[in-house]
Amino acid sequence: MGKKEVLLEIRNLHKDYGNGPVLEDISLQVEKGEVIVLVGPSGCGKSTLLRCINGLEPIQGGSILLDGREITDGKTNWSQVRQKIGMVFQSYDLFPNMTVLDNVLLGPLKVQKRQKAEAKAQAEQLLARVGLLQKKDAYPRELSGGQKQRVAIVRALMMEPEILLFDEVTAALDPEMVREVLDVMLELAESGSTMLIVTHELQFARAVADRIVFLDGGHIVEMDDPETFFTQPKSDRVHRFLNTFVFASQSQERKHSESQ
Amino acid sequence: MTKYAPMYVQAAWLTLRLGVIGILCSLLIGLVCAILQYYRVPVFRRIVRIYIELSRNTPLLVQLFFLYFGLPKAGIRLSSEACAIIGLSFLGGSYMAEAFRSGLEAVEKSQVESGLSIGLRHGQLMRYVILPQVISTSVPAICANMIFLIKETSLFSAVALADLMYVAKDLIGLYYKTDEALLMLVISYLILLLPISLAASWLERRVRYAGFGN
Amino acid sequence: MQDLGIKVLFMGNNFWRLLMGMWITIRISLISAALSVVFGILLGMVMTVKHPLIQVLTRIYLEFIRIMPQLVLLFLVFFGLTSTFGINLSGETSAIIVFTLWGTAEMGDLVRGALISIPKHQYESGRALGLEPIQIYRYIIIPQTLRRLIPLAINLVTRMIKTTSLVVLIGVVEVVKVGQQIIEANRYTVPDATFWIYAVIFFLYFIVCWVISAGASALEHRWKN
Repeated sequence: MGKKEVLLEIRNLHKDYGNGPVLEDISLQVEKGEVIVLVGPSGCGKSTLLRCINGLEPIQGGSILLDGREITDGKTNWSQVRQKIGMVFQSYDLFPNMTVLDNVLLGPLKVQKRQKAEAKAQAEQLLARVGLLQKKDAYPRELSGGQKQRVAIVRALMMEPEILLFDEVTAALDPEMVREVLDVMLELAESGSTMLIVTHELQFARAVADRIVFLDGGHIVEMDDPETFFTQPKSDRVHRFLNTFVFASQSQERKHSESQ
Repeated sequence: MTKYAPMYVQAAWLTLRLGVIGILCSLLIGLVCAILQYYRVPVFRRIVRIYIELSRNTPLLVQLFFLYFGLPKAGIRLSSEACAIIGLSFLGGSYMAEAFRSGLEAVEKSQVESGLSIGLRHGQLMRYVILPQVISTSVPAICANMIFLIKETSLFSAVALADLMYVAKDLIGLYYKTDEALLMLVISYLILLLPISLAASWLERRVRYAGFGN
Repeated sequence: MQDLGIKVLFMGNNFWRLLMGMWITIRISLISAALSVVFGILLGMVMTVKHPLIQVLTRIYLEFIRIMPQLVLLFLVFFGLTSTFGINLSGETSAIIVFTLWGTAEMGDLVRGALISIPKHQYESGRALGLEPIQIYRYIIIPQTLRRLIPLAINLVTRMIKTTSLVVLIGVVEVVKVGQQIIEANRYTVPDATFWIYAVIFFLYFIVCWVISAGASALEHRWKN
């Protein structure tokens, strides 16, 4: 694997809401085509990190560079930068006043001023790819959570972003709908999209990630390839975190230690 | 009774015309005020707040008297119709502003963020995402305000406009046709307001049941 | 001219007369509001009864009162009762009747809304304890609805005060009428008194209503948490 070009670079990022740091000295490089999964306990700052990258939260120190250009220097035209950074949210947030097709066409037509016929063709192709072409004229209220989230992914893809941010996109879904969304994301990863994913689905993280980043208390505690991360975590903190997801083995361990 | 009907029709027409103009102005004032508050525009936001308090806590009749009798003494002379329209808009603007404001507050912050994340600028966000949602959630309140404002037009006779009340009062005072005059008055307002009221409750049901939801 | 006009306010007991006029307005509103609360609670309870005739009658009453401008109602009572039934009412009595009819309708609807928003199991668990219907209302339902109702009832008072300004049009001598008398009396000595008197009346109304509605929203805010 040769040295790839760095798409997104975060340098010593510091984020503070005014009552102590939320993110402290975060540095991270995302290469083109790379899939990074951010994991960690609730409130560790992983969602905040994504929001900083998309300019939804101001930062108090450090810098973020996209394609080698700083986007946190206060002179950024966010409308332009956000076209290159697609983001999908936990609560889908489709626009309820528009059909599925209008939802995904709003950005291309109003922001990018593309031709309607061409954008519509792309939208239909992408909707077909996530299995929702027959729903193109439906309103969001007629869709299930999983369907809405897949539309939200298409809406982000329509802007042809260089990098995609996923903020706990399956956290609000019924368990049986999680899979259909994760499948779409897996397919995107395989087709070479650059992705930054925040999730609690560790199985999925292991399958999709090139690198896992573990955040705790606003710091990057560990950064590794998935195999190493899940089988031989370096820090005790990660070990404990992983154990909270494994009920059976924990009780077995306890039995084991009790019998000793 | 039919003898007086044309007078009532003419008066109802005047009421309706001034009412509609007043309502349109109210909607415009209300929208501007609500948006100034929504974006927390400094200074303007204060002015809007003061305007809303002044408008909501004073009676239209006193507002009209001030415009019609008081202002000329300060060198501003307005016609009866102008007073009526300004008065109704001054009153209605604050009610409409409150209707829009609660509609704006009901739009989730995450809607704004997802709009921003596809690169929409603030103006586009307002136009394509926020306002369409606000208008649908505010429909019941806006309809209620419209009915309220049309009812308030009954005060226009106080600034010498020949509206329905004026005609009725004339008939009572000059011809002692009290019963007929009052009956016609009630019928006129029923004809004027019942369709709006029914349409409003139909719209409200539609909005509530077939609302966008999420 | 400015310093000329405003002085009319301090001539003789003019300001005091305006305040007394305002008091007439407030008195009419308070009497009507108090009666409205009493009748409104009764009406609201009656409206929850699921009897078709009761439903239709209360509905018609409510819709008619709400759709008619209050000024029309005032005319109906003030002029109509006299001509049709020969009952001669003073302007003030007519006003109290009309505002009570109107306030009862508004209050009744609020009470009905508050009552039906109380979950059914509250009634059922009351009955399960063996409470009489009156006792269920007295100990369970009324205390729960009261908190929601009081701010709304206070708002009704401010609406009533504003609406009471209409009584000048049926000849009641209240603040606007007193103002007009002062203007008339000083027509030649202080010609621009009109501007100042109406401005003062405007702010008198504003102060009274603003204080009351600020109180209501403070109460609402405190009880929400």
